[in-house]
Amino acid sequence: MLRQIEGSRGVAETVARCRPEVVCAYPISPQTHIIEAIGEMVKAGQLSPCEFINVESEFAAMSVSIGASAAGARAYTATASQGLLFMMEAVYNAAGLGLPIVMTLANRAIGAPINIWNDHSDAMAARDAGWIQLFAETNQEAADLHVLAFRLAEELSLPVMVCMDGFILTHAVEGIDVPDQRDVDAFLPSYEPRQVLDPAHPISIGAMVGPEAFTEVRYLSHLRQLDALDLIPVLASQFASTFGRESGGLIHSYETNDATTIVVALGSVLGTIKDAVDQRRALGDRVGVVGITTFRPFPFDEVRRALANAQRVIVIEKAFSVGYGGVLSADVASATHDATISLHSVVAGLGGRAITQHSLEAILDDAVHGRLDSVTFLDLDLDIVESERARIDTQRRSGPSAENVLSDLGTVASRIG
Amino acid sequence: MIIMTRQPVHFYQVGSFAVGNRLLEVSDRTVQSDPQRFDSLDSGHRACQGCGEALGARYALDAAMRATGGQLIAVNATGCLEVFSTPYPETSWRIAWLHSLFGNAPAVATGVAAAMKVKGMNDVRVVAQAGDGGTVDIGFGCLSGMFERNDDVLFICYDNEAYMNTGVQRSGATPPAARTATTEAVGPEPGNVFGQGKDMPRLAMAHGISYVATATVADLHDLENKVEHAMQLHGARYLHILVPCPLGWGSASCDTIKVARLAQETGLFPVFEAENGVVTGVSKIRHRTSVESYLSIQKRFRHLFAGSGRPDIVARIQAMADQNIALYGLLAEDAPAEITREVSA
Amino acid sequence: MTELPFAITLEVGSSHANRTGSWRVERPVYIDRLPPCNDACPAGENIQQWLYHAESGAYETAWRQLVVDNPFPAVMGRICYHPCETACNRVQVDEAVGINAIERFLGDLAIERGWALPSPGVDTGKRVLVVGAGPSGLSVAYHLRQLGHQVHLVDASEKLGGMMRYGIPAYRLPRDVLDAEINRIIDLGVDVRLNHTVHDIERERREGGFDAVFLGVGAQLARRVAIPSGDSARILDAVSYLHQVADDNVPLLGRRVVVYGGGDTALDAARTARRLDATDAVIVYRRSREQMPAHDVELEEALKEGITVRWLSTISNFEGDHLTIEKMRLNDEGFPVPTGEFEELGADAVVLALGQDSDLSLLEHVADIAIDDGVVGVSTSMSATSDGVFAGGDAVPSERTATIAIGHGKRAAHGIDAYLAGHELLDSPRHELATFDHLNTWYYSDAERTRRPELEIARRQNNFEEIVGGLNEENALFEARRCLSCGNCFECDNCYGVCPDNAVIKLGGTQRYEFNYDFCKGCGICVSECPCGAIEMVPEQI
Repeated sequence: MLRQIEGSRGVAETVARCRPEVVCAYPISPQTHIIEAIGEMVKAGQLSPCEFINVESEFAAMSVSIGASAAGARAYTATASQGLLFMMEAVYNAAGLGLPIVMTLANRAIGAPINIWNDHSDAMAARDAGWIQLFAETNQEAADLHVLAFRLAEELSLPVMVCMDGFILTHAVEGIDVPDQRDVDAFLPSYEPRQVLDPAHPISIGAMVGPEAFTEVRYLSHLRQLDALDLIPVLASQFASTFGRESGGLIHSYETNDATTIVVALGSVLGTIKDAVDQRRALGDRVGVVGITTFRPFPFDEVRRALANAQRVIVIEKAFSVGYGGVLSADVASATHDATISLHSVVAGLGGRAITQHSLEAILDDAVHGRLDSVTFLDLDLDIVESERARIDTQRRSGPSAENVLSDLGTVASRIG
Repeated sequence: MIIMTRQPVHFYQVGSFAVGNRLLEVSDRTVQSDPQRFDSLDSGHRACQGCGEALGARYALDAAMRATGGQLIAVNATGCLEVFSTPYPETSWRIAWLHSLFGNAPAVATGVAAAMKVKGMNDVRVVAQAGDGGTVDIGFGCLSGMFERNDDVLFICYDNEAYMNTGVQRSGATPPAARTATTEAVGPEPGNVFGQGKDMPRLAMAHGISYVATATVADLHDLENKVEHAMQLHGARYLHILVPCPLGWGSASCDTIKVARLAQETGLFPVFEAENGVVTGVSKIRHRTSVESYLSIQKRFRHLFAGSGRPDIVARIQAMADQNIALYGLLAEDAPAEITREVSA
Repeated sequence: MTELPFAITLEVGSSHANRTGSWRVERPVYIDRLPPCNDACPAGENIQQWLYHAESGAYETAWRQLVVDNPFPAVMGRICYHPCETACNRVQVDEAVGINAIERFLGDLAIERGWALPSPGVDTGKRVLVVGAGPSGLSVAYHLRQLGHQVHLVDASEKLGGMMRYGIPAYRLPRDVLDAEINRIIDLGVDVRLNHTVHDIERERREGGFDAVFLGVGAQLARRVAIPSGDSARILDAVSYLHQVADDNVPLLGRRVVVYGGGDTALDAARTARRLDATDAVIVYRRSREQMPAHDVELEEALKEGITVRWLSTISNFEGDHLTIEKMRLNDEGFPVPTGEFEELGADAVVLALGQDSDLSLLEHVADIAIDDGVVGVSTSMSATSDGVFAGGDAVPSERTATIAIGHGKRAAHGIDAYLAGHELLDSPRHELATFDHLNTWYYSDAERTRRPELEIARRQNNFEEIVGGLNEENALFEARRCLSCGNCFECDNCYGVCPDNAVIKLGGTQRYEFNYDFCKGCGICVSECPCGAIEMVPEQI
């Protein structure tokens, strides 16, 4: 049943139907609405049995989840941005211990400068942590992915991060069909841990491993992630038959059959991109879209196949490795290294800057006409950049760039769409 | 001042102090004297010769195992105890045991306890353990959070007063003047700075949790009683055990227990217990002795006695001991309170 | 749980593969050291062992351990000067363990409950003549019976016991106690002949067809000194005096009795006189208090009972009802020399307690025997000749106490046993002494010594009631538990508990412990924390 609700609410209700047994909460925007809602459900007795624990930091949130999961409980938490970085040591640890924790990452930029708005810097910072990372395009998918995430995590004994764009999805009110409890129960069996802390069968979890076995341990983790590439499509198909709609999977292609130019992206921006593509197609450009749902493990084969017939690929991404370039672009380049494809990286939407359909259409227009550089920063205000660079060149104590830029703009408010 | 009342001590030759005693009822003997004791920490571990932490951990966990009928899960912070007990492919733990990170043992334990609660496994109890670094420094945030939420966890700090696993660096629990690799015995103020360090038991008490106690590996009966009592309570509890480190303290491997005993007998390490933030009992000093007897058998304090020595620094340390003695009322002015002439055949 | 994650998760018991014993450069070993009490006991008692049993209230077991060496616990628990307590390491903690009091408690309990001595050994067909039924003779008789030999015990007196009966007053050793312990020995099948003085031991042996002889005639001859005196002066010796009192044939000495001498016998005589008709009992001794050979405890008791002592004094004359006493002084070598100062002391009688000699005339026909300074020379097995004559007690060179005599009897019995079997008795090697520095006394509970009750002074006059009471069961147990068990494991479990590597195996029962050298790293904590010093470190052979 479709209801007009906030994305966070949809995720919270869906997570609740997955019957998590331990939920940790530490406030950080923009994930707060999710854990607030779950907290209320637990307190009201609607979600039971469940321990809702208000911890003192994200580090504790992930740590409590580790303990709960190792003791056989289905564990869930949510975070964003700085919070993810603050818990990062435990994020790696959860993956290393093979604990099937599910975490929502309400994607947000990382400071400094501090910024609460959306981009994918946080998810990219955790891409090597050993977690499966799924990206939601819509609020419906964000909700559905959590059901899939628990199933996937527990089958593989790997933690899963469900990435949904902060504010853009978390705070957007739109129609969501929250998965039915009976369907969730049918799809998601109760948690049977691969290993568990049990006084009746004591084991030691978390040994120190030296050079003699560390490589093998890491390689085994890698194989398990690759197993996910096989399992995810199977689960997506089961999901479709259980819930009557498509969700999850590795990638999703849109208008790619005859496309010579294909845009690749993660998350909610795919909707805007599709609108832009529709516009360009109306003008006769053969453009298409590949949305990547499963970012880790990276579906190299699927991406390669989807882009096999394209002459030109534009990766639009909300993250940027300073001094290097686009992160997703590098993965796509790696997947298509043997094809004769012109690859363009477009960095967009950093720190919550709106990615407008107009700008995207302009990018597509440039691309189709061979004017697109290999790396482009969408809607970059070069005047400000030049002005700040000049200031730095002339003044030793030029001050912080962030504040200088705001001052030049004459505003203290960020522009969001 | 208050006397520990939970120890009915009889005169059994060595009944009150030695590990065992054939003259005691089996039920009154220490857990460690039991030929079938659990040995939570098994042989084959890689602790140094004479390791106080290995000893303290087995003492505490065996007592907890008995108190819980074997229904125990332990969470371990990174540190010596973790490293020497579980180098792949050998674990020395015979209990259900989890190691996650250095600074998160209290939170991980919270998670385990939450899992037990949600699954209705209320008989399974949770212990978290860490060294002093994992407790007073890097683990302090998580520990304070665990205390404040009153999670059902007994947290045990094995205090050897420095970061031993990484090569003896200073921690927030390192005593004044002690030489460590980051507080070398050089310059006009050799060794660690003066100050009380983080008085973790008092900090724990300030959280108002149900039970806080200190103990040493030199008084097994007391230590076991405290663990047993702690396991009878629910909510957050804290036990701080002094465990000498022959490596880091520069004491002879055979003197581990002696050093711990002197720490208590000098007053430098007050042994007490507190419930709900109030001190309810202290272990009296049996044979008071000066801090020199304690300091002089440890190489980390050698600079206080070399050459013409540093009597000024020793005097300051003695003043700290005297302050503890006054604060906790550690002296039994009349006949030792724990001695009665009750005899049981 | 069959497929645990590789490497990060490990199974219980896996650390046993790591044999940490290879780290060791020194290894601990369990040892037995000789406790100082045992070392000091003239009767060769295994004191620590019987205390061990007493500690658990196993009094009969304790008593049985005790009588392995000494059949007179009730007697010794009263009259022994307990060198064991002097040697006791607990002196350096608080006060010595009251071994003597516990011994008496066990002895009295045995009499009260009628515990029998162990049955005699299987008859060997050998016969031994024992001359003298004092402590050494009764002791040798007891031990010979245990070894299966027949014993023919002869004594010149009317009753058995020798100096225990005729030298020690009843207020120190009640006669029912003495009789009970003597009778228990006789009941083992000792052939007794009383009122028989042996004049020629060789003839007696030959005529009786004895395979060996033990000579325990004691030292019954009082030494005398010539005191210029008038006819009316009443002078007798302490040996006869005490003997007559013991025979209920009390000589009348008057109200003022002077005892001349400074040994235990002098004190016994003075205290006895005080209990009879003497209102004044004065000891005259020519040296100072520090030089007095009597045991201090006896002197203390005597002084409490109102006995006075004239130190540094000699009797130069006894005329009528008074003595002339010359004051002495000590010269630079500590010897008393006359000062020429005299004083008078009223006296109705003088008792001489100047020492005793043995009557060894019965040895006249024994060849190959060494008599020197009035006593018989003996080997360590108490052998006096090469053909089966043994001797002990006051008749051989040693300090003269009943306990020593009892020890002689035991040693002689084993010497005789070896002689009868045709071989030489070899000394068994002794363990290293468990000195105080081997102990870790922190572990022992603080506990002051239990005092035996004593008879009030006022109630000691005119009777021979026993002065020193016994312990009751409760305080005997307490006192036993003060034992530190020096040098010998008493299974306190410390080593088992303090090993950081669980490398001590508790065998249980009374089987003590074993080291598991597969895992022992050689840290030495077990040695440091062993309360009683029963472990030592020895270098590893690398």
